[in-house]
Amino acid sequence: MNITTVVKQACSKFGNDRGRLIDILWEVQNNLGCIDEQAMNAIAAEVKVHRVEIEGVVSFYSFFSEKRKGKIIIRLCDDVIDINAGIEQVATVFSEELGIGIGQTSADGNFSLEYTACIGMSDQAPAALVNNVVITNITPASAKEITRTLKDTLDPSKLVTKVGDGNNAHTLVSAMVRNNIRKQGEVLLADGIPADAGLGNALKKTSPEVIQEIADSGLRGRGGAGFPTGEKFKLAQRTEADQRYVICNADEGEPGTFKDRVLLTERPSLIFEGMTIAAYAIGSTSGIMYLRAEYAYLRPFLESVLENRRQAGLLGKDICGKKGFCFDIRIQMGAGAYICGEESALISSCEGLRGEPKNRPPFPVERGYLSKPTIVNNVETFCCVARILDRGSNWFAGIGTKASRGTKLLSVCGDCARPGVYEVPYGLEVAELLDMVGAEDPAIVQVGGASGEMVGRSSFGRKICFSDVATGGAVMIFNSHRNVLAIVDHFLKFFADESCGYCTPCRVGIVFLRERMQKVMHGFAESADLDYLRDLSKTIMMTSRCGLGSSAPKAILNSMDQFPLVYSSHLREAKDGVQAGFNIQKALDESRRIAKRTSMIYDPVYGEKNE
Amino acid sequence: MKRVATVSLAGCFGCHMSLLDIDERILELVKLVEFDRSPVNDLKKFKMRCDIGLVEGGCCNEENVHTLREFRKNCDVLVGVGQCAVMGGLPVMRNAIMHSSDPLRECLETAYFNSPYVYNPTNDIPNDPALPLILDKVYTCPEVVKMDYLIPGCPPSGDVLWQTLTALLNGKPSDLPGEIIRFD
Repeated sequence: MNITTVVKQACSKFGNDRGRLIDILWEVQNNLGCIDEQAMNAIAAEVKVHRVEIEGVVSFYSFFSEKRKGKIIIRLCDDVIDINAGIEQVATVFSEELGIGIGQTSADGNFSLEYTACIGMSDQAPAALVNNVVITNITPASAKEITRTLKDTLDPSKLVTKVGDGNNAHTLVSAMVRNNIRKQGEVLLADGIPADAGLGNALKKTSPEVIQEIADSGLRGRGGAGFPTGEKFKLAQRTEADQRYVICNADEGEPGTFKDRVLLTERPSLIFEGMTIAAYAIGSTSGIMYLRAEYAYLRPFLESVLENRRQAGLLGKDICGKKGFCFDIRIQMGAGAYICGEESALISSCEGLRGEPKNRPPFPVERGYLSKPTIVNNVETFCCVARILDRGSNWFAGIGTKASRGTKLLSVCGDCARPGVYEVPYGLEVAELLDMVGAEDPAIVQVGGASGEMVGRSSFGRKICFSDVATGGAVMIFNSHRNVLAIVDHFLKFFADESCGYCTPCRVGIVFLRERMQKVMHGFAESADLDYLRDLSKTIMMTSRCGLGSSAPKAILNSMDQFPLVYSSHLREAKDGVQAGFNIQKALDESRRIAKRTSMIYDPVYGEKNE
Repeated sequence: MKRVATVSLAGCFGCHMSLLDIDERILELVKLVEFDRSPVNDLKKFKMRCDIGLVEGGCCNEENVHTLREFRKNCDVLVGVGQCAVMGGLPVMRNAIMHSSDPLRECLETAYFNSPYVYNPTNDIPNDPALPLILDKVYTCPEVVKMDYLIPGCPPSGDVLWQTLTALLNGKPSDLPGEIIRFD
């Protein structure tokens, strides 16, 4: 198809609106297979901005590509859990069968193979995305079969031979993903939650009363930061404006987190109900669900749920017969950027910009999406809002601990017998959780994903709640055979990849941290290197612009505190002032090859050398 | 009398030039120190153990590494002087060639074939047996040996070098203010 026509169509579909650039880019890429220079020029002309702005956005998101990739893109999830589960062996098989390396496209233009960050399937690792189709529990043997099917049919949907449980079997989803709901609590995963009871109750109250109800419940944000939800609503409602926005953060990118995926699959109506209540509370007519690109397979299903709600009068004009209360929700797709889970970066992305965090203040509740007051809440938070309006703040506040009310969904993965989603009241001890999930030999528990807290055996008595070990939901379990330094190094690699690059401490600092960490891992470090790691970590945490930089070094500091002996056993003090990390023989290898001679100083015999 | 040795590795001698910028204080300096191995007196080998070694430049070839290790072996206090010694300076720019399957060859070909002003009718990369082998990348001094002090600057001014030397000669390294030994 002609590039200009495709671009024209895509742009006019979204009203030539620069603010909908992400949607336009998706549309173009889906039709052309890439967004090349010509396409970027054409888009720039249509939405009337400079081409550089378009290129800036395209190059920011990992799911957009300037080069044409294969018709089928196999994205292997390389988070630490998947690596432990053997994704690297699987990658080798894919690579051999397809005859291409990681990051390459086959000559016939059919296949591309690459690694991607956590795709939210850590409980069924190793997993991969084949275009939008999720493949779980891959083994080297099944990888062979997958490539055979793909080569024969060129149709990823043929890979789903057995659908998962619950709504994963819904015709609009039909994914092999399993929910793995291991423990149903009374708030979110209980059976028989009455549909839209919360919304019905909310509409009987005035909006300040709704906000008060949420504030009384003690609900705090479930994404990890734990900001009081009632307070957030109040601030947004109080700011004078002609429009306010409700945004649901379904960009669940924290490695090891997958509880929102289960809510999106099993409780979509409850999420939208919560968003509608929030809209009523703050006075908004427009909402956005920001869905990560990795969960694109859920989009048709979620769109149908939205459509059903519109039909039932639960979205749109005069909702539930309440005169003047209008609200609708659109789904905004992400494009593969971890940083967009940060609320201000998420807003940037909704506005069609690079997913870079914004300066604060002003906070989104004052000036957010399109400079209007905006509340951004996690999927789980909106579900809680709906439940609180249904059952009342007292009921909710009666669960959990004093400072952390209610239940929390935990997505547990790694070395345990029963990985999956657990709904538990706040205040649960790490040790109790480990018992519950059947972890036999747990040595390290990473609570809260890569940016969370590392808990060693001596601290298993700590409680999961905001005042002790806070978490957005991820719990990764590592047994005593895992190497803590490799885990830390992996997290650093993840952050180095995902840093948006805006501020120097994060962009450069994390790379330096990783370099020094590798020195430690390879046994070339001395104690001064540990001081360097500590110092630099503190600098990065203090001077970074957003949460990514300020939490990236946490794994280093935590692991140094929890496992000092591991670090000290890797140290080697320099002898005669020579740095052990520098290997002159290795440094000369390249040169010997190119110059075709040996070294006069460092080789026993000097002379010509031909290989 | 304290003994001082100096050397320029992968540097431009700018830091040594800067040392001359201490002007008439050089008369005071020669009263305090005797120069051992140094380009100042063209001595190529250490005569005896030194109190202070000043190193300009980082390591881009095997001879640089060998010399730096000699300095470490023969000097009580080793000071990295200037940006190249501390962080690699201009030479370290070649480390940025990293997305190549053969970065070192790419570096040499850029230097000897592909740059716009290269005149190289024989199309050879210099490979005389007397030339030391080049390293796979440029290493800073602290990557190769333990350094006691690092004085950044391109070059550090004569005043800064004078202040450094007097502090070390008086045995009072604590006199070195933060702004001299840090660069941030």
